[in-house]
Amino acid sequence: MTEQIHEIRLTVNGVEHETAVPARRLLSDALRHDLGLTGTHVGCEHGVCGACTVLVDGQPMRSCLMFAVSAAGHEVTTVEGLENPDGTLGPVQQAFRECHGLQCGFCTPGFLTTITAGIAENPEPTEDEARDMIAGNLCRCTGYQNIVKAVCRAAELARESEDVQ
Amino acid sequence: MTTKMMGAKVQRVEDERLVRGTGRYVDDVALDALHTAVLRSPHAHARIVSIDVDAVLDVEGVHAVWTYDDLEGAMAEPLPLLIPHPTLTQGRTQYALAKDEVNYVGEAIAFVVADDRYIAEDALARIAVEFELLPAVVGVEAAREAANLVHDDVPGNVAARMEQSNGDAAAAIAAAPHTLSLDLKIERSACMPMEGRGTVARWDPDQNRLQVWTSTQTSTGVRAAVAAKLGLDLGQVDVITPDVGGGFGVKIVHPWPEELLVPLAAQKLGRAVKFTEDRREHFISSAHERAQVHHVEVGFDDEGRVLGLDVRFWHDHGAYTPYGLIVPIITSTQLLGPYKPGAYHVQFDSLYTNTVIVTPYRGAGRPQGCFVMERTMDAIAAELGKDRADVRAVNFIQPDEFPYDQGLIFQDGRELKYDSGDYPAMLDKIKELVDWDNFESFREAKAAEGKRVGLGLACYVEGTGVGPYEGAHVHIETSGKVKVATGLTSQGQGHQTAFAQIVADELGVRFEDVEITTGDTRRMAYAVGTFASRAAVMSGSAIHLAAKRAKEKALRIAADALEADIDDLEIVDGVVSVKGTDSSIPLGTIAVLSNPLRYAFDEASKAATQFNVGDPTKPPVAEDDEPGLEGKDFYSPPRSTFASGMHAVIVETDVETAEIRILKYAVVHDCGHLINPMIVEGQIHGGVAQGVGGALYERMAYDESGQLLNASFMDFLMPYVTEVPESIEIDHLETPSPLNPLGIKGAGEAGVIPGSAAFAAAIEDAERLTITAMPISPSELFALRAAQKESK
Repeated sequence: MTEQIHEIRLTVNGVEHETAVPARRLLSDALRHDLGLTGTHVGCEHGVCGACTVLVDGQPMRSCLMFAVSAAGHEVTTVEGLENPDGTLGPVQQAFRECHGLQCGFCTPGFLTTITAGIAENPEPTEDEARDMIAGNLCRCTGYQNIVKAVCRAAELARESEDVQ
Repeated sequence: MTTKMMGAKVQRVEDERLVRGTGRYVDDVALDALHTAVLRSPHAHARIVSIDVDAVLDVEGVHAVWTYDDLEGAMAEPLPLLIPHPTLTQGRTQYALAKDEVNYVGEAIAFVVADDRYIAEDALARIAVEFELLPAVVGVEAAREAANLVHDDVPGNVAARMEQSNGDAAAAIAAAPHTLSLDLKIERSACMPMEGRGTVARWDPDQNRLQVWTSTQTSTGVRAAVAAKLGLDLGQVDVITPDVGGGFGVKIVHPWPEELLVPLAAQKLGRAVKFTEDRREHFISSAHERAQVHHVEVGFDDEGRVLGLDVRFWHDHGAYTPYGLIVPIITSTQLLGPYKPGAYHVQFDSLYTNTVIVTPYRGAGRPQGCFVMERTMDAIAAELGKDRADVRAVNFIQPDEFPYDQGLIFQDGRELKYDSGDYPAMLDKIKELVDWDNFESFREAKAAEGKRVGLGLACYVEGTGVGPYEGAHVHIETSGKVKVATGLTSQGQGHQTAFAQIVADELGVRFEDVEITTGDTRRMAYAVGTFASRAAVMSGSAIHLAAKRAKEKALRIAADALEADIDDLEIVDGVVSVKGTDSSIPLGTIAVLSNPLRYAFDEASKAATQFNVGDPTKPPVAEDDEPGLEGKDFYSPPRSTFASGMHAVIVETDVETAEIRILKYAVVHDCGHLINPMIVEGQIHGGVAQGVGGALYERMAYDESGQLLNASFMDFLMPYVTEVPESIEIDHLETPSPLNPLGIKGAGEAGVIPGSAAFAAAIEDAERLTITAMPISPSELFALRAAQKESK
């Protein structure tokens, strides 16, 4: 049995990619294995841990629960697309580093994308709102206290960079 | 660089790549590799009658399918029993692919190599296996009853019975004014790193050499195992451990079946081959921990001083014993914590069950021991009507009693001898942090609001930095940059940062100029691994010693070049100078001088021409010297160093729903001198979260047929941010270890150890009913309340 292959165009981090995938290929696998964007990690394959979260048209989505063919025609943002235009660390990335919000780093890309969308929606989260923002992502290393700090710090950094612009 | 790096909250160098998504985990390398999938047993206990793989060969994109019959030589032998012990008389290990029988749901039966994982899994579905089902043995009780056997040739399901004592506990208990007996139980949990297991291998036919990338806690262990099983010389195998997405103990087990099958496939097929475990596989085919049942007899005096302690326990080690008796030995010894009972006797049985193997998970047997000891302390306090902290205090080893010999043999075969600590000072600190003395007024205030609160305390001692050794190699390049290699691996502990801090201080170079490599056998072939909170102690010390050697050589050459006395030299920011003068030479230039070449090829070489070193009448490289500015050394301690800590937690138990809410969590921690307090506190945070999971949420729900019912993140309840304390009050005590040059003790596992003990105490205190089993869910607490009501 030969699988039917679909030619699709995926726009990831502003770059258009052409790739050919079977219908069942998950977006997470297409990003990692077909496009070589290995920053997106897969932790559970059933949408619970949030490690594979990417932004689809700015909204956090579990890339392990989405087929690559369904992402065609949408703007996908992965962790590789979160840095500032000048190549320096983006506000959420910078905040994670400053606040020691990561240890092994495996779940981190999913937190970074989730928080990027979160602070776009709520630029001044309280600590409780910060906790709500990340309540769908699992981390086994940090105990989350520093990630909550990082959310608040990221929002602060994002506001500062808005002010500069 | 005048600031000391040791003890500073330095931001991690690892983060730059990890937050950009440019870290390299095993599944990120070799994107051209073939993928694999493993057919796993759906039954907990069965004989394999036949396996038919014919249908697989029709699947397009399949490159190989193997069963046990395809394995040859050492690959067809059982996997190694890594840590034998004289009392482990009935050790058993599985085969890389099951031979004739399966003993747990998840055991590997067949292995498929295909173009991608999707096709490999399609192929698995076409393999037909005929099983003859056998009765499954699940849980400690069934194992003890031994109505059925896991292994036909292991009577009573007992792999080992081990006994240790210090003094005559039975006599001490018989003569004691007060006695109590307790029955206690802890259920299974597991490490659950966010990245599962994974291995990639490439065979290079031009060099006759194998390269293996694997998500492990021991590169050198995997290397030795792969070489032995594949019949290769050690020198033909390189093992690289890249970024690892968490370990927590499970990745110290090696070789996993896939860690051998993948390299073998790479060699046979001449292609890069990859195995990436999925989450369900991690639940059913890696390893679990914790499950034990304890019976305690204790005798004590009017002050609560323990005169005799007798502990009998049963340890469920699953279907096989690849990691020996490490977990129950640790439980049986570290149970003693900071206390000095008059006499102690412990005996355990390590039992087979038809479940996933049990090997160390962060804490490695200590959470169970701590739970048992601390439950005993609370029971004594309750019996005597005394303050729980006071009962602990009268049992403490005192600061002037170190080194303190507990009179037992520890997991490393060495004496259980504590090197240093100050438990009374620690108790004062934790009582202050949690406002122990004013808790009753807090309780009354809450009671007035109709709320029920409780306070729990738990103390532990943790043997860390277990031997036998670690080594380090420090190389100062002609650029002045310092390249350091140590053989143990990293799984998120920030070794590249902490170790660079040690080097910067010792060598007098800029932190930014130091680059640390871990877990690469090409760079350091002699190493043990990352477990038992040993990396900072072992590799930290080795790196310090190796840097010292490089520094000694640098100063010797600099003294010659600058025509100065060694004692007058100092190194600051990578430049050696004669104190109080302008006379100086950069380390990079010294590196050139250390390597007398015929050729100049860079600026450093040119700069070096202005200096003359060495005696022109003697050989350019002296007999007792070697070229290059390097230092290499190993650190091998006589025994473990003992860290300690105390946790206190205040919980509120909902009067209606029995939900358990954390109001306050406090930690006092003593790991000797801190290298990087930010990293240590991060380790504590993570440990506490796992402690919360183990106390309130996580358990492996096996049914009586040995099926794991909750083998997913949907059903196995790991804490999210909503389950952990909002903040953790942390205070440090720094009692240096006399056993290593930096005075450090391990910190990795500490945060998890007293979790169940502290929560059990707090819930008991809130509810005024006895807690004997952990974890505890709201429904279980609700049931306990109902049972208590009924008994009244």
